Amino acid sequence: MESVIINRRDLEFQIFELFKATELCNRERFVDHDEESLKAALDVTIKIAEEVLWPNASIGDIQEPHLKNGQVYVPQAVHRGVAAIRDAGYIAAGLDYDRGGMQLPAILLQACLGIFKAADAATPGYLMLTKAAANLLDVHGTEEQKRLYMEPMYEGRFLGTMCLSEPDVGSSLADIKCRAEPQPNGNYLLSGNKMWISGGDQDISENIIHLVLAKLPDAPPGVKGISLFLVPKICVNPDGSLGKANDVSVAGLNHKMGYRAISNCLLNFGEKNVCEGYLIGEKHGGLACMFHMMNEARIAVGISGAMIGYTAYMQALNYAKDRKQGRPIDNRNPEHPPVPIIDHPDVRRMLLKQKSFVEGALALCLMCAKYLDESETATEKNTKYRAGLLLEILTPIAKTWPAEFCQESISLAIQVHGGYGYTKDFSVERLYRDNRLNAIHEGTSGIQAIDLLGRKVRIEEGLGFNFLMEEITSDIEYASSWPELKIFTTTLMEYVSDIVKATNNINDVRDGGRKADSLANASLYLHALGHIVVSWLWLKQSVVAFEQITKSPDTQDADFYKGKINACKYFFLYELPQVKPLINLLSNIDTTCREHGPKMF
Amino acid sequence: MKLLVAIKRTIDYNVKVRVNADNTDVELTNVKMAMNPFCEIAVEEAVRIKESGVADEIVVVSAGPKQTQETLRTALAMGADRGIHIETEMELQPLGVAKILKAVSESEEPGLVILGKQAIDDDSNQTGQMLAALLDWPQATFASNIVLSDQGAEVTREVDGGLETISINLPAVVTTDLRLNEPRYASLPNIMKAKKKPIEVKSPEDLDVDIKPRLIVLKVEEPAKRESGVMVESVAELISKLQNEAKVI
Ligand SMILES: Cc1cc2nc3c(=O)[nH]c(=O)nc-3n(C[C@H](O)[C@H](O)[C@H](O)COP(=O)(O)OP(=O)(O)OC[C@H]3O[C@@H](n4cnc5c(N)ncnc54)[C@H](O)[C@@H]3O)c2cc1C
Repeated sequence: MESVIINRRDLEFQIFELFKATELCNRERFVDHDEESLKAALDVTIKIAEEVLWPNASIGDIQEPHLKNGQVYVPQAVHRGVAAIRDAGYIAAGLDYDRGGMQLPAILLQACLGIFKAADAATPGYLMLTKAAANLLDVHGTEEQKRLYMEPMYEGRFLGTMCLSEPDVGSSLADIKCRAEPQPNGNYLLSGNKMWISGGDQDISENIIHLVLAKLPDAPPGVKGISLFLVPKICVNPDGSLGKANDVSVAGLNHKMGYRAISNCLLNFGEKNVCEGYLIGEKHGGLACMFHMMNEARIAVGISGAMIGYTAYMQALNYAKDRKQGRPIDNRNPEHPPVPIIDHPDVRRMLLKQKSFVEGALALCLMCAKYLDESETATEKNTKYRAGLLLEILTPIAKTWPAEFCQESISLAIQVHGGYGYTKDFSVERLYRDNRLNAIHEGTSGIQAIDLLGRKVRIEEGLGFNFLMEEITSDIEYASSWPELKIFTTTLMEYVSDIVKATNNINDVRDGGRKADSLANASLYLHALGHIVVSWLWLKQSVVAFEQITKSPDTQDADFYKGKINACKYFFLYELPQVKPLINLLSNIDTTCREHGPKMF
Repeated sequence: MKLLVAIKRTIDYNVKVRVNADNTDVELTNVKMAMNPFCEIAVEEAVRIKESGVADEIVVVSAGPKQTQETLRTALAMGADRGIHIETEMELQPLGVAKILKAVSESEEPGLVILGKQAIDDDSNQTGQMLAALLDWPQATFASNIVLSDQGAEVTREVDGGLETISINLPAVVTTDLRLNEPRYASLPNIMKAKKKPIEVKSPEDLDVDIKPRLIVLKVEEPAKRESGVMVESVAELISKLQNEAKVI
């Protein structure tokens, strides 16, 4: 059970004991699965992660991709990582068996991809983008697009990219400038620049398939005028062989703080005015195609944050058991040998904070993945609908909370390492840089917060929000039967009623016409609701732990379960109360920040 | 040609091994188990031989408790065709396993039996040799290269002085060394296919072999702790320590 990147015991606890993934095996789609096959998938994943990715992660970090004569090169270590993940069949893992897939439930698939991310945040990015792009073609592509591009992408012969952002346009995609000119043969000529394109060029795959957002000449203004195009790096002949190079060029590489093994390019489309592209889906319907994949992509960002944080925590924990320094406060005798730093209460505090954040974040993302499975495979129509709405409201939180709070947690992992943590001899400084991205891409934290408070809380007249509160309340009721859990249940109930009040106030203000005021503190709202949801997940974990300990007090795992209950206690006593003042600011529709005009700075 | 590969379930090589409380064995409760790395190399070699067209079926066999089937499944997911599980809760020693494998070899009639040269738990390095002796078949141990044809095999062996290549007749027994190949990872679709591949379960009694342990373990202990180093002042002091304390020169 010893791993440097993840606590396997906890991972299995969350997947099998907390979220009961084996229940999914009753569903028709997963009927061939059982605990053994799901664990076998975890086995290979951990093996590849530890044997191939983790030892190479620092190479990809130090030897950044470089550009030579218009071609981007990445280190061989990264090639090997991509090949290992590809050959083990992860791009197509969710697909049907007869298409080379494993029909793996999303909760397992996300856990596996997270394990890769834990070992090396950047390298798996090439394949995750390819998977997302291929899945998109699977839903929206023509038969020919599927045959010529999607199939080789699922095989990993072609890798894919997502080209949304431009130098002047990131959060506000409505304003993109990239153009597509219809041609008599039914194809399009693309022109424009795309910024920040991950995997935009590399020397790993024989071809690269870009999915590009652009506007047609007759496009209506705003997001309703965005179309989606498939643009290959090398044109593909009707028989599948590679043809001439397309007019896509790398204008430059971005030199990033972290996440460095995956190239990040400024791409120019149509410099010579001969960049061929093919429409995907409906004209002007591009954003809708993209957003089809959004929930999954955002959960993936969340799990990446959770797992990078998890690895940093594992590193800190091991270091704290090894590093000897100082003596106990009540026994300063210099004759005594120094103690491992995990014996100092302040180091334990830092480790417990990390534990509560990373295990909470992982539970949050796995729960969303489970709702994804429910929304796709539940047999009951109501269960499906409910899961879908819960997923909608939880996704912005799952995208953002791990990114933000695991960053704090990784900072503490560095702190536990002392000066060594600030050097390249240990991995925690890299993990800190790698995770910093997760609050920025796939929609910044600020944009997620507005999505949560401005849209998700209100869809279907607030039904998703109500479902979420119902779920939390019903778990509180269930947990109330243990007097030992009383401190958790009463506290959480209080926060639930506070956030419901605040939400009602905000909605009233908005319905009264003050939309800008109502959304001014959206980020505080995501922070507060995020903490409440993570507290709920800690309560859920405590209940399972409590049931296990009560059932068999002498279990080998007693310490593990006690650790769950104590981490829950920590989160409730030390972290949750910090959002009380935020909820007050929200309830009062405070506008201090919004009213601070640019000249007042 | 049929290939028979014998594999063993051992403690995962990543696990830090600890002696159990009553000093009778290493601690096995709640410890992650996996396929012995040398056996992974044996399975990989068989799969490569089959992929090259020289063999047409790979049978994997393992003896041990119920959970041994998970290890057989891993081999099936790597590319073996079917499994044989000799189920027993009894302690297994190399001679007992060799007898089991002899019985299986006689009924399966493989052209080649491939085994890991040793298992990373007890490091015996005996089973393959004993099996060859019991069957009275040629053996090529510590293989770092195997060239197989219907007529025979050329096996390069890792020996103390370097490499030695020998030619053997079939059927034969080969044991694998570390440099023979780099085993593949079981792919996700193959994990599912492996679930459909057959595993036949038998008992040692079915095979009519006596696997009673012949060796008695008296005590299991941690190796002596390494003492911390000291800085010596001079070359003379170093030499005197090597002579008088370490007694190596
Ligand atoms: C390493 C990396 C990889 C990336 N990979 C890709 C990729 O593969 N494909 C791709 O298309 N893009 C990619 N991106 C781009 C990424 O999605 C954008 O950086 C992100 O959407 C933010 O856009 P921006 O950088 O233009 O920032 P801006 O949109 O300029 O935002 C700057 C700040 O203003 C805030 N802000 C902006 N608008 C609002 C608003 N309306 N209300 C409140 N606050 C606001 C933001 O929250 C942010 O804090 C990547 C970026 C990075 C750094």
